[in-house]
Amino acid sequence: MKTINNVVCSFCGCLCDDIEVNIENNKIVNVKNTCSLGLSKFLNYDKHRILKPRIRKSKEFVNVSLEEAIDECVKILSNASYPIIYGWSNTSNEALRIGMEIAELIGGVIDNTTSVCHGPTIIGVQDIGESTSTLGQVKNRADLIIYWGSNPLHAHPRHLSRYTALSKGRFVKTRKERKIVVVDVRKTATASIADIFIQIKPNSDYELLSALRYAVNNGEIEQNEVAGVPVEKIEELAEMMISCKFGALMFGLGLTMSPGKHRNIEAAIALVTDLNKYTKFVILPMRGHYNVTGANNVTCWTTGYPFAVDFSKGYPYYNPGETTIADIIARGECDAALIVASDPISHLPIESARKLSKIPIVTIDPHETPTTKISKVVIPSSYVGIEYEGTAYRMDGVPLRLKKIVDPPDGIISDEEILKMILSKLRGD
Amino acid sequence: MKILIKNGYVYDPLNKIDGEIMDIAIENGKIVESVSGEVKEIDAKNMIVMPGGVDLHSHIAGSKVNAGRLLRPEDHYKDVEKKTNIKRSGVGYTVPSTFTTGYRYSEMGYTTVMEAATPPLKTRHTHEELNDIPMVDKACLSVLDNNWIVLDYLSKNELEKCAAFIGWILNAIKGYGIKIVNPGGVELWGWGKNVKTIDDQVPPFNITPREIIRGLCKINKMLNLPHTIHLHTNNLGTPGNYRTLIESMKCVSDLSNGSIVLHVTHVQFCGYKGYSWITLSSGASEIAKFVNENKYVTLDLGQIVFGDATTMTADGPFQYILYSLSKNKWINADVEAETSAGIVPYRFKKKNYVNAIQWSIGLELTLLVKDPWRIFLTTDHPNAGLFTSYPKLIAWLMSKKAREKILKKVNKRAKSKMILPTLEREYTFYEIAIITRAGTAKALGLKNKGHLGIGADADVAIYDLNPKEIDPSKDYKKVRRAFRKAAYTIKDGKIVCKNGEVVENISGKTYWVNVDIPKDLLISTISEVKEKFEEYYTVKMENYAIHENELLKSAPLKINSNL
Ligand code: SF4
Repeated sequence: MKTINNVVCSFCGCLCDDIEVNIENNKIVNVKNTCSLGLSKFLNYDKHRILKPRIRKSKEFVNVSLEEAIDECVKILSNASYPIIYGWSNTSNEALRIGMEIAELIGGVIDNTTSVCHGPTIIGVQDIGESTSTLGQVKNRADLIIYWGSNPLHAHPRHLSRYTALSKGRFVKTRKERKIVVVDVRKTATASIADIFIQIKPNSDYELLSALRYAVNNGEIEQNEVAGVPVEKIEELAEMMISCKFGALMFGLGLTMSPGKHRNIEAAIALVTDLNKYTKFVILPMRGHYNVTGANNVTCWTTGYPFAVDFSKGYPYYNPGETTIADIIARGECDAALIVASDPISHLPIESARKLSKIPIVTIDPHETPTTKISKVVIPSSYVGIEYEGTAYRMDGVPLRLKKIVDPPDGIISDEEILKMILSKLRGD
Repeated sequence: MKILIKNGYVYDPLNKIDGEIMDIAIENGKIVESVSGEVKEIDAKNMIVMPGGVDLHSHIAGSKVNAGRLLRPEDHYKDVEKKTNIKRSGVGYTVPSTFTTGYRYSEMGYTTVMEAATPPLKTRHTHEELNDIPMVDKACLSVLDNNWIVLDYLSKNELEKCAAFIGWILNAIKGYGIKIVNPGGVELWGWGKNVKTIDDQVPPFNITPREIIRGLCKINKMLNLPHTIHLHTNNLGTPGNYRTLIESMKCVSDLSNGSIVLHVTHVQFCGYKGYSWITLSSGASEIAKFVNENKYVTLDLGQIVFGDATTMTADGPFQYILYSLSKNKWINADVEAETSAGIVPYRFKKKNYVNAIQWSIGLELTLLVKDPWRIFLTTDHPNAGLFTSYPKLIAWLMSKKAREKILKKVNKRAKSKMILPTLEREYTFYEIAIITRAGTAKALGLKNKGHLGIGADADVAIYDLNPKEIDPSKDYKKVRRAFRKAAYTIKDGKIVCKNGEVVENISGKTYWVNVDIPKDLLISTISEVKEKFEEYYTVKMENYAIHENELLKSAPLKINSNL
């Protein structure tokens, strides 16, 4: 039995890098230090795998060679006049670098799952900036931690123990030295371990954030309650924020996806920015997929924009709402799609999913998903972080190297290698 | 490919060649004595031949730069680059995308660029971007002065162990040198605070900025690094800070032995006299006097260029001040146990009193410092101006007339306070070659760069200017045009640009220092540090290290340390 230490878990945006994996005969037999989500990935990654490339011929799928699948993909992409390339948050930066080149070459639109999760977060930052930090700053310094519209105990189970409430920092060592506040519409698992839980009326985050900002800057609020929260509670929280030594606001989709979207984020950022007049305060988004932050970064250094980039003019063009794939699909404009490491059919609105199913789709993915089921071409890939190495960015932008710990099934290669083959065929090399 | 560059006016200051008509022969990516057989000849008659440009301080890659790109979509819309058969597409202006950055440097005849500040924890990101910057060789300086383990060691005066740790970091993350940014102040910024003088205490480390600068200066020598410590001083961007600058330079005077031991970067930002923005004036004379008398420091300018910029530094507290003054968008991004970063878009205006004074300080300094080998041309891209403005700076330095043209348009009160209008000096082509390539390569310790002697890297720039015919003092526009678009850029012996257009897309190397540290010392230090490391950071020490194969073209420089 072989033991590999300090493996990075490629499940959620926490990218825990202390995982211990035992391997026997190229099989993972035991895993230590993960949460249940990570554990289930490491132990089940080899279930429901696609093992052969396939093409839909008339109604049926037919298994084909890798070369044939690549040829078909190249044909679909080069015949399309406005193709979209989508996914990326569950693969490596190296794969996306090739994806960027493909998108540029075929004059398509490239987008990542940010479009449907933290897109508003990015737009909020583009509007006013942000005061942020890496998670270690929170671990070492934060005596006030606020989770807003996020439930890490379910979505990022080790976030609290590695980086926040339960972590041991240089300056703040124990749970007792930290105040934990949860703002949410219902009493979540995370709320039940908080010092203060603030239950907010659904869809009124903007109001509460504005009231807090008012309290922080000006003091007394006239009303008795805002967003279902009594004013005393708001003022108490404002006072806690002002008087802490280092505060951190961590927000999730509860804030990005409730009405107001990027306006909510702007309000939250503005509040945190204002707090820096009195103390140190940072804001951090709770990013879901393990490399959605990497996808934003690669797209940004290549084109200047972090998602939703349209190359149809021969240069990068960005206008969320216009160049975001959900909108392009809804308008019925695209005529082919390349999907990498993502399952848009399960996540897009039903109407868009229906439209998407009408155009030829090429999907590169290790396992079956609703998207592979309706694809024209399916090319199986290996798992980055288990069967292939690559770079991924933690939710706070800390880049880590994912390891290869076992061999992939016979004949299965990585996204990066598949995309390189597609690119070179498209180029006519 | 063999190349013979014929009959050019060669400016090669490291070999004391000042505009002589010569041929330069190239074979296998190196400058050679002569070439024969199948040779590509370039007729450089009536043109200037120089070593390729070497920029020693520019922000082109990494987390802070990318955050700057993300912050400013509005900046990208006005400057787009289309894909061509050779070039990838991109966007430009204040924070160009990676590919565009490489092309634009190359088109100006630059062949080497130093990313000037990268937090070690995020250096993997920096290297990923450097991999995507084509055309030029590059490297990155590591911000190490507010690193907790470094501070712990310095405060206990355990310099050997500290040196071993820094040697380990540079090897592990493939960095090139020690960058210091607002020593002590950035650590305090973790609590929203700052230092005011170089003798302020930095709790809980029980150390002062002076001790940090001195400690790292000694360690730099112990490690025998090719470049000196690279200092961004305390109190950057604050009226009265020319004193902090002079204090900071003085504080290492005894560590010199006649050699250069300190590089102070973007001095314009620390050359402010006066007690407030209203009484602001230039500290250039005092600084230049000190530098002329003390040969152990080098400087670069951080010259202001009027127009849009995106300020970005690891100096978090300074960026917060700038945000408070400008109320522009503000990004702050602290990095655990190491450093910080701040970003604020900014526009320098001719009619603004402060901006006009800032503009004059850089130029005054360059004209007042007598030895061009110790002052280099930069704009601290994209802080004070863009690297694409270098041709403008060259014109200002070579032509009093070019300066006067701007002086007519600047804030009147500012103009009345400047000594710039009285300065007659005009740089020669030889001096320009020093401050843009020969001097910077020497300061960085890149021995094969910045000159055209036998064995040097065949990185060459040819500019369509006849130094016998034109008078740069009058024809400064021609000078500007020529430096904007090199007639030829040759990189590693390949013609990569012609008439300012990329004709071949190549990838440059990434330099890093591979310092040998005595094995016992390394092992004992690492075992001592490991536990602390994992207590302070959120990543494992093993995962912090970057493997050489993560660099597209790794170019380690073997360094024998003095440890
Ligand atoms: S918290 Fe996320 S990264 Fe960490 S072990 Fe669980 S799933 Fe993996």
